[in-house]
Amino acid sequence: MSDLGANFRADFSESPLLKKGVSKYHIAAIIGIPLAAILFQVYVPRFLERLSYLELPLLVTVYFSLMRRSPVVGVLFGAGIGLAQDSLSHNPLGMFGIVKTLVGYFAASMSQRFDVQNAGVRLVLGFFFCFFHQFFYWVLGRALLGEALDLDLETTLLVAVLNALVAVPLFHILDRLKVTD
Amino acid sequence: MEFFLNRYRNLTVLLVAIVAQLVLLAYQVKSNGEVRLIRVWAVSAVTPLARVIEAGRSGTVHFIRDYFVLLHVREENQRLKADLDRIKMDKQYLQAELSTADRAKSLAIFQQQSPSKTIAAHVIGNTTGVGAKVVIVDRGTGSGVQKGMAVITPDGIVGKVTAAYPTASFVLLITDPSFAAGVISQKNHVHGTLKGQGYSTVIVDYVQNEQKVEPGEQFFTSGDDRIFPKGLPVGEATVVREGKSYKEIFVTPSGLQNGLEEVLIVTEGVHMAIPEARPTSQPVHLQEPPPAEPADSSAKDSSTTDAAPAQAPAQPSTQPGPLTTDADRLVDQYRKIGEAEKHVYGQSAGGAPNFNINLNPRPADAAPGPQGAPASPTVQSPGPPAAQNPASPAWRSPAAKNPAGKRP
Repeated sequence: MSDLGANFRADFSESPLLKKGVSKYHIAAIIGIPLAAILFQVYVPRFLERLSYLELPLLVTVYFSLMRRSPVVGVLFGAGIGLAQDSLSHNPLGMFGIVKTLVGYFAASMSQRFDVQNAGVRLVLGFFFCFFHQFFYWVLGRALLGEALDLDLETTLLVAVLNALVAVPLFHILDRLKVTD
Repeated sequence: MEFFLNRYRNLTVLLVAIVAQLVLLAYQVKSNGEVRLIRVWAVSAVTPLARVIEAGRSGTVHFIRDYFVLLHVREENQRLKADLDRIKMDKQYLQAELSTADRAKSLAIFQQQSPSKTIAAHVIGNTTGVGAKVVIVDRGTGSGVQKGMAVITPDGIVGKVTAAYPTASFVLLITDPSFAAGVISQKNHVHGTLKGQGYSTVIVDYVQNEQKVEPGEQFFTSGDDRIFPKGLPVGEATVVREGKSYKEIFVTPSGLQNGLEEVLIVTEGVHMAIPEARPTSQPVHLQEPPPAEPADSSAKDSSTTDAAPAQAPAQPSTQPGPLTTDADRLVDQYRKIGEAEKHVYGQSAGGAPNFNINLNPRPADAAPGPQGAPASPTVQSPGPPAAQNPASPAWRSPAAKNPAGKRP
C-alpha cells in the first residue's frame, strides 16, 4: 500500500515523469475559479436567462482536468465541483457529481493523447464533453431517479456547440493564470 | 491486491468516487432524506457572496437611477407600487368575501379575520443546473420560513419552498417540470393539477375531456395540495383543447408576469372563496320601469270611492323595481306566499307556510267569491300600485273580477 500512497502523492507533487505538459496553478485560482463558475451559474441567469445554458462549472472541470493531465486529479476535480453544484440544486446529491467525475476522468485521459493547447482540439473536446455531460445526466436521471426527463437532441447539440464556442476563449483566459517555474 | 491497485490506480479512484456517490444517491432516494450538512455548507458558502454581489449591483443601479436620473419619480413610483400591491391583496380578499356572503356579513368577517400572514423576501439567485426553475430567496429558517410554504406575489402564486436554510431558502417555481399544485377554474369550478413544463407557460392536467373549460378562464388555487391557500390567482387559460384522455390546458401564470424580485412567503395561509366570474355575454340594455302613477291621480279617477286612495299610501308596493335575478324572483315569490298565507317569516308560529299554494289560479279554477263582495273593477283596482301589489284585495280574490265564476 505504501507504493499506492506514493503514487497518489506523485500526482499532486507532479513527479518529473508527469511534469511534461502539466500546468501548475496557484491554490487561490484552483479554489476561486470553480467557485466563481458556480456563482456565475447561480447569479447571472437571474438577469440574462439565456445564459443559464452556459455550463461554466463543466468547462472549468474540463479545463483543469485537461491541463493537469492526471485522471486522479480529474476525478477529484469533477467530483468536487459536481457535488458543490448538486448542493445548490434541488436534485439529490451525486447527480452532477457522478457525471462530472466521469467528465474529469475522461478529459484527463484524453489530455494524455492529444495536444490540448490547440484551439481546434479544445473546441472539439468542449463540444464532446458538454454533449456527454447532458446526455449522461439524462441517463442518470431516468435510470437512478426515475425522472421522466426529456432529451431534446437539437437543443442539447445547440447547447454543446455554444458551450464549446465559449470554452475556447475561456480556456485561453485561464491559460494566463498558469504559474510558470 | 497492491499490484492490482497500483496497475489500475486511476480506474480504482474513479470507481471509488463513482460508487461513493452512488451510495450517497441511493441513501437519499431510499430514505427520502437529504444530506443536509453538505448542502448547508454549500449554501452558507455561496449565499453570502451572492448577497454581496447583489447588494453591490442593486446599490450601484439604485445610485445611478436615484441620483442622476429620476430621484423623486422613482421614490414615488416605489411607493405607489407598494400601495398598488397592498390594494390588490385587499381587493382580492374583499372580492372573495363579498362573493360568498352579503355585504354586512362579509364586512363583519373582514373585521374579524385578516388575510394570510406573509413575509417579504428578495430573490438573490438561481440554483444551478441547466434549465432549473428554482430560485434562492434571502429568507430562511431564521425568519420563520419552513419547507413547503407557499410563495406568492400580489398577482398570483409563484412557487413553494423546497428547502429552508438558516439564511436562505430554495423556491421551486411553478414553471419547473417537477412542480404540481391543485387548481380550480373560476367559471365552471373544474378541478385539475397545475404542472410546470420548464418554460413560461404551465399546464393544467387531469381535466376530463367532458368537463368544460373555456379559453380566457381564470384558474385559482383549490387548496387541495395543503400548500397554497384556496382562492389565490394562478393564471389565465390561453389554450384549451381536447387530448387523448385529458384536456390540454395551457395557462399563463399571472404571478410571474412582472418579473421576480420581491416575493411573499405565506407563513399562515387563509383559505378564500373563488371569486365569481364576470358574465361573458354581452350586456343587455333594460329600459327603466314606467313610473308609478301618483295616488292622487287614481283618487281622481276613482270617484266612486275614497277608500282606495287612502289605502294606497298605507300599503306601499313592496316591489321596489324590476326583478333582475332568479334570487330576486324567488324572494318575491316567497314574499307573495307569505302574504297570501298571512305568514310572517321568523315570527309566525306553526312552521313554514304552504309553499305549494297556487298564486295565479285561473278564474275558472278559483272558488267563487262571496255574493256580496265588492265587485266593481274601479273599486278593486284603485291604481297601479294596488294592481301591482299581490297583497291587494283584487289579487287576493281573483274571482271578484268575475263574480259569476264564468270563464271570460
